[in-house]
Amino acid sequence: MGVEKSGRVMVVGGGIGGIQAALDLAQAGFSVYLVEQRYAIGGTMPILSRTFPSNECSLCNISPRLVECGRKPGVTVMTGTEVLAAEGEPGAFKVRLLEHPRSVLIDRCRACGDCAGVCPVEVPDEFNQGLAKRKAIYQPYPQGFPKAYVVDRTACLECSACEAVCKPEAINRAQKPREIMLDVGAIVLCLGFQPFDPTGLQRYGYGRITNVITSLEFERVLSSGGPSHGRLVMPDGKVPGKIAWVQCVGSRKNSDGQRHCSSVCCMASIKMALAATEQSEVAVEAVIFHQDVRTWGKGYERYYRRARDQGIRFERAAVERVEDAGAGQVRVVFAGEDGKTRYENYDLVVLAVGMQPHDDLPRRLNLKLTEDGFIATGTGSLVTSRPGIYAAGCCTGPKDISGTVTEAAAAASEVAVLLGGARGTNSNNAKHAASERDVRAETPKVGVFVCRCGVNIGGVVDVPQVVSEASKMANVVAAEELTYACSQDSQNYIKEVIRKKGLNRLVIASCSPRTHKFLFQNTLREAGINRYLCEMTNIRDHCAWVHGSEPQKATAKAAGLVRMAVAKARTLEPVEEITGAVVPSALVVGAGAAGLSAALGLAEQGFEVHLVEKSDHLGGYAARTYFDPSVPDLPAFISKLIDRVMTHPLIFAHLQRQVAEVRGHIGNFTSVLDNGDTIKHGVAVLAPGSAEYRGDEYLPGDPDVLTLSEMDSLLGRGKGNSLHNVVFIQCVGSRNETRPYCSRSCCTRSLDLALQVKVQSPACNVYILYRDMMTFGRYEKLYQRARGAGVVFIRFDPEKNKPRVIRNENNLTVSVPDHILRRTLIIDCDKVVLATATVPDDVKALAGLFKVAADSDGYFLEAHHSLRPVDFAAAGIYMCGDAHAPKTLEESILQAKAVAARAGAVLNRGVVEAGGVFARVDPQKCVTCLNCTLICPYNVPVIRERYSEIEPIQCQGCGICVAECPNNAIDLVGYRKDQMAAQVRALLRGEV
Amino acid sequence: MSSFKPKIIAFCCYNCAYAAADLAGTMRLQYDPCVSVIGVPCTGAIDLTTVLTAFEEGADGVFIAGCLKGECHYKVGNLRALERVKYLKRVLSEAGIDGDRLEMYFLSAAMGSRFAEIAKEMTDRIRGMGPLPLNGCPEEGEGK
Repeated sequence: MGVEKSGRVMVVGGGIGGIQAALDLAQAGFSVYLVEQRYAIGGTMPILSRTFPSNECSLCNISPRLVECGRKPGVTVMTGTEVLAAEGEPGAFKVRLLEHPRSVLIDRCRACGDCAGVCPVEVPDEFNQGLAKRKAIYQPYPQGFPKAYVVDRTACLECSACEAVCKPEAINRAQKPREIMLDVGAIVLCLGFQPFDPTGLQRYGYGRITNVITSLEFERVLSSGGPSHGRLVMPDGKVPGKIAWVQCVGSRKNSDGQRHCSSVCCMASIKMALAATEQSEVAVEAVIFHQDVRTWGKGYERYYRRARDQGIRFERAAVERVEDAGAGQVRVVFAGEDGKTRYENYDLVVLAVGMQPHDDLPRRLNLKLTEDGFIATGTGSLVTSRPGIYAAGCCTGPKDISGTVTEAAAAASEVAVLLGGARGTNSNNAKHAASERDVRAETPKVGVFVCRCGVNIGGVVDVPQVVSEASKMANVVAAEELTYACSQDSQNYIKEVIRKKGLNRLVIASCSPRTHKFLFQNTLREAGINRYLCEMTNIRDHCAWVHGSEPQKATAKAAGLVRMAVAKARTLEPVEEITGAVVPSALVVGAGAAGLSAALGLAEQGFEVHLVEKSDHLGGYAARTYFDPSVPDLPAFISKLIDRVMTHPLIFAHLQRQVAEVRGHIGNFTSVLDNGDTIKHGVAVLAPGSAEYRGDEYLPGDPDVLTLSEMDSLLGRGKGNSLHNVVFIQCVGSRNETRPYCSRSCCTRSLDLALQVKVQSPACNVYILYRDMMTFGRYEKLYQRARGAGVVFIRFDPEKNKPRVIRNENNLTVSVPDHILRRTLIIDCDKVVLATATVPDDVKALAGLFKVAADSDGYFLEAHHSLRPVDFAAAGIYMCGDAHAPKTLEESILQAKAVAARAGAVLNRGVVEAGGVFARVDPQKCVTCLNCTLICPYNVPVIRERYSEIEPIQCQGCGICVAECPNNAIDLVGYRKDQMAAQVRALLRGEV
Repeated sequence: MSSFKPKIIAFCCYNCAYAAADLAGTMRLQYDPCVSVIGVPCTGAIDLTTVLTAFEEGADGVFIAGCLKGECHYKVGNLRALERVKYLKRVLSEAGIDGDRLEMYFLSAAMGSRFAEIAKEMTDRIRGMGPLPLNGCPEEGEGK
């Protein structure tokens, strides 16, 4: 085509999805505009108190990403800006935007807050869901990026009080809205969702009864940055003892809301219930009123079990109404499973409000919407009805954070395929790393920054006291406190202090180095100092948070931890950045739908791919299956995918082969196949897939007791036309002691096959015996369709009324006690279909070969559940498909595309950097005893001359050889023995 | 013994035990401030002298916490650490120090409450034992 493609991409929406897409695109060499309508990026995550199922602080999780967006070359953040229109075609769009006046100049504002201090206007604070007030000049939230105030022109009295006190003269109320035109090659929409507003609903009493609040309001109550600083209090100021959650408010056809399931509210309520019981100063009784408990995601079922073990009560009921019971009590009136109406009184009722789509922009852009009003995308693709415009995250349907992040990365890979050749061309990636000052001859000049983390640290530890002690420690030339050390303005401030005071060592006393050290290392590097001269100590998680009741002791301990960090910082040495070239090809293990999609996604970006498959055919499960609710017309879809892979000149398929040996590291792996073929590759993708479990339950071997795959095959061959009675039994082998996880796709597949039975044998009675129907998101409609088609649903509890399947002389019967009818149903049937568990395939063997981790359920363990769902902790290795966790076929394909974005960016960049921690041998001391060569789990040490040699880029930095070396000839750079001793001494003796 | 304020050092690997200690914080579980964590890439990296230095410099107790058995991020580091702890317990008792002042634990990144329990366990154990004898008679080195 004649279009000159642009290397610029516009990402609309600055929540975690938009941030992920922007960072992945920038990493892949594109120039990105990140457009956000609000005045700070972050979206919903900063509002949440914690994330499930890891229970981590949500803000702390996203905070480094906000900072990264601010500093990433190639990402331009545009806040207060909305998209009006987009014209053009894939590769060349003209986008018209409207920038609303911030009335504060971002580059001048120091976010000191003097302006807000004098502002006479108070209005409800949107970020705190109206539970607190803000001024007319305000920060959207304290950790937001850009770190600058904004004037709310609708509330502003134009009194000029703020201008009078603003020293940097940052306020400019003369700013007018302004239209901007931008040329981009592609657009990615990550618009998120809007929470359902229950105000108009009489039955829940929201807005009328003080102590009825929404789930988002309760998130703010729980948040340590919220209006009550994490103290559990109700709107009436009292501390609640009994709290009820009402599920599905505005979801699942309830309460005039949407027909879809909002996917995350079950887990969110469990999380809040756990948090409430843990955080409250009084014993809390927590009850969750629900229809099903939808624990479909990775680790969710275990989380649910934990909640039950900790005494959270789950009440399966339909809530009829919520009433004011007087005396500050709220009455929940509900119908239990027996159909009888009962009521219970609570101090606080939390409405789990669902997710609704934003539809104004999609309509302005003329995009096709789904029945539920979300943006419609292609099958296994994120392209909207307008080519060149993609959509990811909750704007395509409700999902969790890991699903959002996965889709955002997948959209980035689809953009990379579309604009492939144009990447790098428009990039403003000109920001070179500052050259480093050689500090080796300088005496250590340590700067100590003690973070208050708002009230998280500052509310317990006497921060000024710690700063004062730090300032007296040897070699410390600067000691200061920061409200949020991780914020963007703090990075600038730290750099300023480094320059002014000539610092050559940096100590940050704040939160966990696991999540934040790279951030401060980068800040140091940007200030022209080698980044390995940075030391962190964790006075929040390991001190303020765990010694909250003993502030004096916590302060003393924090000072000790800082002393220890300073002692180590003095002994830190600069580490030369070692880079290695990247072999521009990928190894993909497993050629199911996920492996094929990953291979194609990488090949279409121009990289060579070696696809290794142990069987003799491509396509895996998908190639053997006729019906899948997530991919309509699966046979046609999969044969087209196989065809594209087979004919792609850059993909080399190795069928009936397995990987026998793996050596190397990111950028430079060498894999040997079982036939001796050697493949060199820069990245590896593991997609071995899953198998269908068939244990010894329910008459194994009986020809009329089938698994889902067997039933699929029967129906696919058109053999379902003479069926009279079919019974599906869900959760066979799933959600039990052995496999405490939900297999995620079996409920939807069962529904799809049940409807297929009804097509082939319209008079056939179909029964589905289930525990909780896991029809999350759009699949709720499938459930509604099945009910409409006459499928009978009978719920069972495996401990109380587990179904039994009995083979008699001439017939097959299923008996199940029905709790609604209160009698045992006996169903004569032609076929019993078991929705059996998904079990991981080959994960253990591959984990061993690639030295990556598996989780306690036998699936691959990702680097971070929510934010790095396709990366292994080991660099350069990625996962997709069922081997990560059971999922729908479409989710597997999208996850594979996310892998193509992440792995493709590494291949595109062409170089990798070694980490700063590696073992170093002193050749003088080495006696070639071979101990290190024998003990190293990665076979890195080699003896060529008369001493052991350890290649830094290959060394994984564990230090096992260090402790095993009998002659003290090896040291771990970053954790030298003298440094460990200095730390210990500083802590115990108080020396520094 | 109520006035005795023990000093306990916890060497924790960043992959699991340190993360569990972080989680204990997120969960706001409370333990005695006498426990201080030092992070290391892997417990397998902690050599004999580092542990002995800790006792020599006045620690009343030391524990090393790594990944669950079989789940070491570096495959065998935690098991090597366990061997070293067993050996060190013998060395300590030969020097007249109760070997139980040193302990090895295994936990996953998700076991925040277990970390807090371990911190309590060690604090109670060391409180029961009293101050390290070395601290009272510094001239008597432990010979290593």
